[in-house]
Parts: sequence; C-alpha cells; structure tokens
Amino acid sequence: MYFDKFDALKNEKLQIMDNTGKILKPELMPKISDEDVLAAYKLMCLSRRQDDFQNKVQRQGRMLSFLSSTGQEATEVAYAMQIIKGKDWFSPAYRNNAAWLTAGIPMRNIMLYWCGNEMGAKTPEGVNVLPVNIPIATQYSHATGLAFAEKYNKTGGVVLTTTGDGGSSEGEFYEAMNFAKLHEVPAIFIVENNQFAISTPRKKATKAINFAVKGIAVGMRNILVDGNDFFAVYGAVQEAIALARKGEGPSLIECETYRIGAHSSADDPKVYRDEENHQEQIKNDPLIRLKAYLIAKKKWSEQEQTKLDAEQDQFIKDEFAWVEANNNVDLKDIFAYTYQEMPDFLAEQYEEAKAFFEAYPSKGGHH
Amino acid sequence: MAVLNNIQALTHALDLAMEKHQNVIVYGEDAGYEGGVFRATVGLQQKYGEERCFDAPIAEATLVGTAVGMAINGLKPVVEIQFEGFSYPIIQQLFTHVARMRNRSRGRFSCPMVIRMPMGGGIRALEHHSEAMEAMFAHNPGLKVVIPSTPFDTKGLLLAAVESPDPVLFLEPTKIYRAFKQDIPDEYYTLPIGEGYKVQEGTDVTIVTYGAQVGDCEKAIEQLKGEGKNVSVDLIDLRTIQPWDREMVIESVKKTGRLIVVHEAVRSFSVAAEVIATVNEKCFEYLKAPCARVTGYDIIVPFDRGEHFHQPSVQKIVVKIKEVLDYQF
Ligand SMILES: Cc1ncc(C[n+]2csc(CCOP(=O)(O)OP(=O)(O)O)c2C)c(N)n1
Repeated sequence: MYFDKFDALKNEKLQIMDNTGKILKPELMPKISDEDVLAAYKLMCLSRRQDDFQNKVQRQGRMLSFLSSTGQEATEVAYAMQIIKGKDWFSPAYRNNAAWLTAGIPMRNIMLYWCGNEMGAKTPEGVNVLPVNIPIATQYSHATGLAFAEKYNKTGGVVLTTTGDGGSSEGEFYEAMNFAKLHEVPAIFIVENNQFAISTPRKKATKAINFAVKGIAVGMRNILVDGNDFFAVYGAVQEAIALARKGEGPSLIECETYRIGAHSSADDPKVYRDEENHQEQIKNDPLIRLKAYLIAKKKWSEQEQTKLDAEQDQFIKDEFAWVEANNNVDLKDIFAYTYQEMPDFLAEQYEEAKAFFEAYPSKGGHH
Repeated sequence: MAVLNNIQALTHALDLAMEKHQNVIVYGEDAGYEGGVFRATVGLQQKYGEERCFDAPIAEATLVGTAVGMAINGLKPVVEIQFEGFSYPIIQQLFTHVARMRNRSRGRFSCPMVIRMPMGGGIRALEHHSEAMEAMFAHNPGLKVVIPSTPFDTKGLLLAAVESPDPVLFLEPTKIYRAFKQDIPDEYYTLPIGEGYKVQEGTDVTIVTYGAQVGDCEKAIEQLKGEGKNVSVDLIDLRTIQPWDREMVIESVKKTGRLIVVHEAVRSFSVAAEVIATVNEKCFEYLKAPCARVTGYDIIVPFDRGEHFHQPSVQKIVVKIKEVLDYQF
C-alpha cells in the first residue's frame, strides 16, 4: 500500500502526520492500537531522557563517548517495536539506543557497554539482537546472512538492519543488498538519514536524489519516509515485514530524520551545522509531534507526562547506579573469550599476567 | 622555531607538503571542512581549496583504491583513515594493489602514497579505536610503515613519506597526539625512513621500542633510578617499522648483550618477534640473557575497563629490565 504509491525517484515522501501531530492522511494510517502508540511514545521519552542523562555523566568522566539517538526516536521505536522477540532479528549500528531499548536490550547493558565493559554487549537469551556494531555498514551483510538462514531453515523470522546516511557509501551497503535481493531473503534495510556523517553533510555523501533510490540498482523495493513521523515509519516497516514474511523478499526504507545532538561527545556540531536550518529542523522533533497527537486524542496529558518523567529519571538513575557498582573487569575476563578453549600459549600468558598483577596490583583504567 | 604538539606538527607538515608539492591531494572522511576527527588537516581546505583537500564518502576501500589511480597518474594522495581499527576495508587494495603494483608492472607503474591513521590505545576509546596492527602491515612486502613518537619526528617523517617513491603507512599514536610539545624548526626538512633514533646511550641493556611506548620506557628508566638502581640503558626508538634499523639494533646489542623489545601490539608474530629473531641470527654470541619482550597479550584489545591489563605499563617494563639484568645462565 505504501511502496507502490511513493516513487523515490520523484522524491515522493511518505508522511502521515504533520509536525503539530495532526493526521494529514487518515487513509494511510497503519494498523496500530492506541495502547501500542502510547507504549511507543513512552519508549521514545525513555531513550531521550537516557541520552540526556548519559550526556551529563559523560561530561563528568563517568562514561566513554556514546552515540545518541536524540531526534531519531520515532524511526527507531517504530521499526524496533515490530520485531517479534525471540523470532525476528535486529542487526544494529552503533546509534540505536531507542531501538535497543525497544527490542529488549536492558538499559544497564547499553550503559555498561558505553562505560567500556564487554559484559554490556552480551545480549540476554531470547533477544535476537546482535551486539553494537562500530564498523560502518558491515551490519547489512550480517542481516542478509541472518535472513538467508531464516529462509533456508523455514523459521519464518524477518531481519531488520539499519545504517546512517554516510554508511550508504560503503561497498558493503550495496553488496549486502544485492545478495539479499538475489536470494529474496526476508530482510528490511533501513537508512536512518540524520543529515550528517560526523561533520560531513548529507549532500557531500551522494548526488543521489535520496537514499531510497539506492535500492533501485539492485532491484529492491524502496521507499522514502518522514523519519520523524512515527506513523509513516511504522506503516512502511509493517508493510515491508508483511511482504518479507510472505516470501516476497527484502525492502529498503529511508527514514529522513535529523540528528539533534552531536555525533558523539567528542564532537561540536556548531562548527559545521547551519544554525538557521537547525532551528527549522528541531521543529520536527518526533517526541513533540507524537505527544501532541496523543494529547489531542485525549490519550495523554501534561500531568501524566510529569509523572512519567519522574519515573523514568528514577529508573535511569537506578540503572546507572547498578552499572557503576558492577563495572569491574577481572583479568581472567579479558583472556577467557578469545577462544572457546584457552590454548596453552595463551594460558601461559594469563599465568604470567596474573603473577604480575598479584605482585603489582593495578588501580585500573585511566581514572 | 615553533612549539608544537604531534597533531600541530602534522598539520604544519601537511601544509608545507601541499605548498611545495602541487600534486599532493589530502582527503578522508571528515578531513576537509572540519579537518578530520583529530583536526590533523585543519585549515588545509580553506587554504588550498576543495580540490586539494576534501571530505570523502565513508568508503575506505575506495579511498585507497582511488589513491592507486591517482598515484599511478602523477598525483601524491595523502589519505586519512579515521582510525587504524577501520583500516580493514582497505586491506584488499593495500595488499593486492598498492603493495605490488611496482613489482607486478616490472617498474612501469607504482603507487607512491601516504596513508595516515591514528593507532594504539590508552585513550579511553570505544571498540576498534585502540588497535595496534603495525605487524600486519609490515608483514606485507612492498609497504613502508612509519610510527613517529615526537613532533620533530612527525614532521620530518611525514615529509619524507610524501617524498617516498613507495607507499607509506603513517601510523600516529593517538595517545601522544597532544601529550607534549616540542620546539621544531619552521623550515621543510625530512628524516630518513629506516633510521632509528638513539633516545639515550647506555651499556647494560638495549631497549627497542617506538610510538607511545618510548615515553613509557623513559619513565621506567627514571623509576629504576628512583629505586636506587642506576641502570645504563641503550634506548632505541625505531621510528620506522619497515624498513627498520637493523644496524643500530645489532650494534647496540653487541655492546650491551641484552635486549628488550617493548610495544603494545599483541605478542605473537609481532615486531618484537622480528627484532628478536634478527638479533638471534646476527649476534647471538653476544647475548648475556635471552631476549625479552613487553607487549600486549594475544587477545582482542579489551574495552576501556580492561585495557590497563593489556597495555605495556611502566611497571611491566621496570620488572622486565630487572629480570633481564638478573638473569644467570
Ligand atoms: C568502517 C568505518 N569507517 C569509519 C568509521 C568512523 N566513523 C564513525 S561514525 C562515522 C560517520 C557515520 O555516519 P552515518 O553513517 O551517517 O551514521 P550516523 O553516525 O550519522 O548515525 C564514521 C565515519 C567507522 N566507525 N567505521
């Protein structure tokens, strides 16, 4: 219903709700219950508040650089909430906080990871989400492989993956989609176009009219959607998943959104971003849009918001307190997972290290 | 003379290179407008224009693949890879083309280029931002591998790399980008690729190291002094890993009879392994103790919380020096 109607080559963009929360195209509204919309909104708020909190503790030196989802929550929650836990898969990038929370990664894991602890990358059983992926666009290939296996094993799962606008320049972006389309695997490829690759603006990444058209060369169904419009993303992903489950192969969805914050804490966006454009863009903040929609529908109120904010802040604080109390790495931990069984030469190095650190205990870290 | 840190020395050297050699083209992810994630190329686009210094799409294989074509066709590309941990997509181009174009074409074509990348750990970074993979590059014939440890060397070696008729990997220890400053001459100068530098002269033990570990070794020697052990160390900063200064090391080991190699890269198949093997071949009969090494362990570089175990600390070097000096056959 969406893929057929919107022609990316003509730069047609799927948008259902405007930036005041008004539904412009009721006939395009996806099937979703009010409860689910409200649950999605709460997840978007949670991720936003977590980003804010992490920015604060990062500045205090209590966390490493991390990559925030601020501004991209509608996109991430809308696709991630459609992953069936334990059946479908998510092959993420590094900027996916809202999606991780939605897909069932505990907040403490995410925080532990950004605090420099491998234990944070250990996905809980029953959650089919691959670890944070720092190298760009390599996750697209993993998604293709996961989806190939779903098809081969007839297990019925679909696979979602995502990359940034910059990531669409890597060879693997095309290579993976070409493979996926050839085998008609059940994968959904998402481009979270947040307008920047660190300091490089979107227009320096490609001369293509948009990123959705990058699917055309490999013969893949594609669509451009307003990534700050929760319903647009939800609808396009819903259709892509349904097609994939029916055996009709992969899709590419560009979600056009905006990175409100810095690339990472090491970065100052004021150096390269246009202030006037920034002020325009933040008017499309997906949280404001969905909140206005919910309030107009009488599903939400300012009082409930105040209560939620307080609850979420407490939860975030508690999670981080747990992380700070449990952020130890034993010497053994750094040796234990290199191979399933520690080879003799490595066991010898471990013994050597153990003897050294018993004689000269290390305070640890660079704190 | 100007007082510069390593990053400033880099920028200064690139500026001089672009001024002197009209064929130098500087590019990489974010390297143009903002001057790269560490600001090594800051100001160059403003000064030399977008044609000579620009932001490239995120596509490392193509960054180096295009450099092959540019280099064959008379340009001198100086490519920035954002971190050594993101260099893996370039391996195909590097090993199958860059390193062997001269050999394959029997000298008709070659790929003189400089590929710069931050390397090494100790900077509280995320995954893939702390790798030290110099041995992998050095293992592949046809490439030169340079790792400077001071602003003076950074400038001289970078300009030498730009002048090199063969491709050079220029690995920059991130930990010391801004760690200290040094007086460096304003004018254009080069330092020979392949020559080590004697940081201090001594007679008891030879320590061979490079990059960020040069400073650690100096601190270790100081600490021993503080403990009342005045050890006389012949401290060699290799400065270039391939080719490396075999003569300087052999001559030194012949004098001291003892060798320790220090680096943060993992132990097996490493620079330390190569240096020690060469010493065994060339001057085994001079040795008074087995050659030793202080290196990272053969594990995946740990995340921040575990990294201190892995890094070759001052204390690890101190202990190893004592061990080697106390050794009895
Ligand atoms: C293979 C690889 N090259 C370079 C980097 C360094 N790097 C980290 S983030 C980034 C920009 C990515 O931009 P984009 O794909 O648009 O994603 P965004 O960060 O905007 O979500 C780069 C180049 C990397 N992580 N991996």
